[in-house]
Amino acid sequence: MGDMNLIGASVKRKEDYRFLTGAGTYTDDVVLPQQTYAVFVRSPHAHAKLRAVRTDAAKKAPGVVGVFTGADTAAVGGLPCGWLITSKDGTPMKEPAHPILAKEKVRHVGDPVAIVIAETYAQARDAAELVDVDYEVLPAAVDVRDAVKPGAPAVHAEAPDNKCYVWGHGDAAAVDKAFKAAHHVTKLEFANNRLIPNAIEPRAANAVYSRADDSYTLYVANQNPHVERLLMTAFVLGLPEHKVRVVAPDVGGGFGSKIFLYAEDVVLTWASKQVNRPVKWTAERSESFMTDAHGRDHYTVAELALDKDGRFLAMRVHTLANLGAYLSTFASSVPTILYATLLAGQYTTPAIYAEVTGVFTNTTPVDAYRGAGRPEATYVVERLVETAARDLKMDPAEIRRRNFIRSFPYATPVGLTYDTGNYEKTLDAVLKLADVAGYAKRKEESAKKGLLRGIGYSCYIEACGLAPSNIAGALGARAGLFEAGEVRVHPTGKVTIFTGSHSHGQGHETTFAQVVADRLGIPIEDVDIQHGDTGKILFGMGTYGSRSLAVGGTAIVKALDKVVNKGKKIAAHLMEAAEADIEFKNGFFQVAGTDKKKAFAEIALTAYVPHNYPLDKLEPGLNENAFYDPTNFTYPAGSYVCEVEVDPETGVVRIDRFSAVDDFGNIVNPMIVEGQVHGGLAQGIGQALLEGCRYDPETGQLLTGTYQDYAMPRADDLPAYQVGTEKTPCTHNPLGVKGCGEAGAIGSPAAVMNAITDALGVRDVPMPATPQTVWRAIQAKR
Amino acid sequence: MPVKVSMTVNGKPVTAEVEPRTLLATFIRETLRLTGTHVGCDTAQCGACTVHLNGRAVKSCNILASQADGADVVTIEGIARADGTLHPMQEAFRQHHGLQCGFCTPGMVMSAIDLVKTTPNPTEQQIREGLDGNLCRCTGYHNIVKAIQAASAAMR
Repeated sequence: MGDMNLIGASVKRKEDYRFLTGAGTYTDDVVLPQQTYAVFVRSPHAHAKLRAVRTDAAKKAPGVVGVFTGADTAAVGGLPCGWLITSKDGTPMKEPAHPILAKEKVRHVGDPVAIVIAETYAQARDAAELVDVDYEVLPAAVDVRDAVKPGAPAVHAEAPDNKCYVWGHGDAAAVDKAFKAAHHVTKLEFANNRLIPNAIEPRAANAVYSRADDSYTLYVANQNPHVERLLMTAFVLGLPEHKVRVVAPDVGGGFGSKIFLYAEDVVLTWASKQVNRPVKWTAERSESFMTDAHGRDHYTVAELALDKDGRFLAMRVHTLANLGAYLSTFASSVPTILYATLLAGQYTTPAIYAEVTGVFTNTTPVDAYRGAGRPEATYVVERLVETAARDLKMDPAEIRRRNFIRSFPYATPVGLTYDTGNYEKTLDAVLKLADVAGYAKRKEESAKKGLLRGIGYSCYIEACGLAPSNIAGALGARAGLFEAGEVRVHPTGKVTIFTGSHSHGQGHETTFAQVVADRLGIPIEDVDIQHGDTGKILFGMGTYGSRSLAVGGTAIVKALDKVVNKGKKIAAHLMEAAEADIEFKNGFFQVAGTDKKKAFAEIALTAYVPHNYPLDKLEPGLNENAFYDPTNFTYPAGSYVCEVEVDPETGVVRIDRFSAVDDFGNIVNPMIVEGQVHGGLAQGIGQALLEGCRYDPETGQLLTGTYQDYAMPRADDLPAYQVGTEKTPCTHNPLGVKGCGEAGAIGSPAAVMNAITDALGVRDVPMPATPQTVWRAIQAKR
Repeated sequence: MPVKVSMTVNGKPVTAEVEPRTLLATFIRETLRLTGTHVGCDTAQCGACTVHLNGRAVKSCNILASQADGADVVTIEGIARADGTLHPMQEAFRQHHGLQCGFCTPGMVMSAIDLVKTTPNPTEQQIREGLDGNLCRCTGYHNIVKAIQAASAAMR
């Protein structure tokens, strides 16, 4: 609508000035009057009975204002799981209690046993050392394959076989039939390695209770403050929702790990009333490693049936998914709903069946981490497809082309309907961007240097824009997945937007302002975006699943439409014209076919100074809100090509080039979108080459509990990326956008591993492909 | 027994009594309430707490406040001009989208300034190696590298 070409412009970010000058406000920066500091006493054992928790000495330590244990919080409910999965035999998943402080047992290293609150952080830490816990150590179930063996230690009495659910999806009979008739079957068996999210800001919370009005305020590093509040008040603490305010201020990265309602948030809120002081806790990095919900951790057997021409006939997938010791907020849905529904990928595979067993283990809970189920699905599909091409001696691009979905809408056999896409176009674009034509020459040059060069493809699809509430509900979601937005037009025509989305690096303050300024035809400086505070924002489901612009942005657009419609009524009155004749364009309400017009700010002023105003028909003021529930998921898709050089003497893998072409539909801010892709690629490449959470298989001790043991990607581990975009606009939201936050992490691991296996000439290499792992694969082949 | 520490922070002399075990990072954040310096780990690996100590980038979580007694300390709050104009490194990060969530950013910027000072015209590889002590989980480093390349030209 605007004439300033804001849509599609790489506008520099509004939020950057405060972040670059140290003026951001993260949760740990908040210090309240009468502040106290908390330290959690955590289990050093993966599985143990709590014989006794003695707190007397800690309570007498200098500066201590309170020490609380599971016994003290006996009346408080457990943490809920937000998604019900029903097993294929019709029984509901097992939902063992998830206490906020351990009661009879501890079930993973890091499980909180007590909270110690003191005047200073140092005093709390000193006193925490004095809490005397008597543990009776029990055998632990650690590896997902061991945990389902008969006789394995049971994490919960409610699930003696450690199975939370055995879920089936798709037409098993049709798949069996297709496999019998197949010309060729490609089979792979692999783990999808467990990852630790590692937002650089550790989790933190600061809770304060006010006796004056019996209310609470919780500052917390969180991606969805309203969800946090709803879960905490309605399901755990039983507090009146309107008496709790949750503020998620500047948040230093989330990647999923800050979606969930964590025990610490609840304990702090509860304890703030007990001690009648604000209580702050900030995780040390080692606590983040032990207690932030982890990601991935699947063990999968996957098979693809093909005809003699390389056409996919059917796919069969069996996955053991590690859920950890307790069901985290969305844990049950990640390896099921967000995984098996994506197994069609970009292809017309007519029959697909997946069976997923969710398994409890004595490890940290596992939940959504950037991509959440979709990286695991893409890994299955794209490793299978590439391996099948090698099995059939076909070009990996050609086998994909032969199976691409080409007509839309397309209903997959796993329950989704893709609205639009053009997979051939992204593939063609990436082949060009990656200079695949020059690959053979580069391979020769590498060989001259004694290096093994390999190339790998990955054509991913994801379902984003979570989610149509009715579909999610039918699949077991215990929440709606709409978004809310409010447009507050001030008397001077300046605009404040309140959104239920939350930015923790995504740049909503800029992207959303571009959309608003464009639609209203006003300068972007006249628009501010507010988020992350239940005290300001009417409601929100928050940010995850690449949903913010597609769902949150659309809610704002719907509210803007209402503002414009009301403005037309006011303008019609002022200019004595029929409402139907008023057009809104470039910031002006104009009588069609005339030069009579009123600027947006004039209409805003009139709404607040309604001297000449149709008060009999229209309320004064200009403030509108909207709730938007999407009618379908969005389906970003793309094609990635990775080229690696492997040193056969050392097993060191160097990514020589990584090229990505994504179709995110329309793009509002290309600079921000590219940044999102870069970050996703780094996490996906990290999964493929570096990152792997390891537990001792016997004791369940976390072996990768610091940055010295867990290999985070650093600048010199990663290549410069070549990124491009193609565009098929989403058909069912007014912005035509699909979401871009997770793509890089979803598409890249398969591309990297396809390249490494190509370089080595082997069928599979486990992730992470560390030098030692790669070297062993080379030796095994010799 | 508290110890007295005095130093210059962002050009201003400061004096305080602190517990001997107080880290410089804690002193900056809690005592001086300069919260732009962030703490992202407990093993001196992430670099979010990087400040300048007598002109060199150091991890302020890895040094006691008392060890900085008498030193000249500059934090992220102290590098823009008094009128608010950004330092060329800060400006380059803004222009090149070298930050997302902003949490690693202060440490990144402080390290990058030192990097360009010691290696005035760094190659891409020198920048990547020079950033080895700073973790970023958002950007994949691509745009941070670009920003530092641009800043090194601007700072020449």
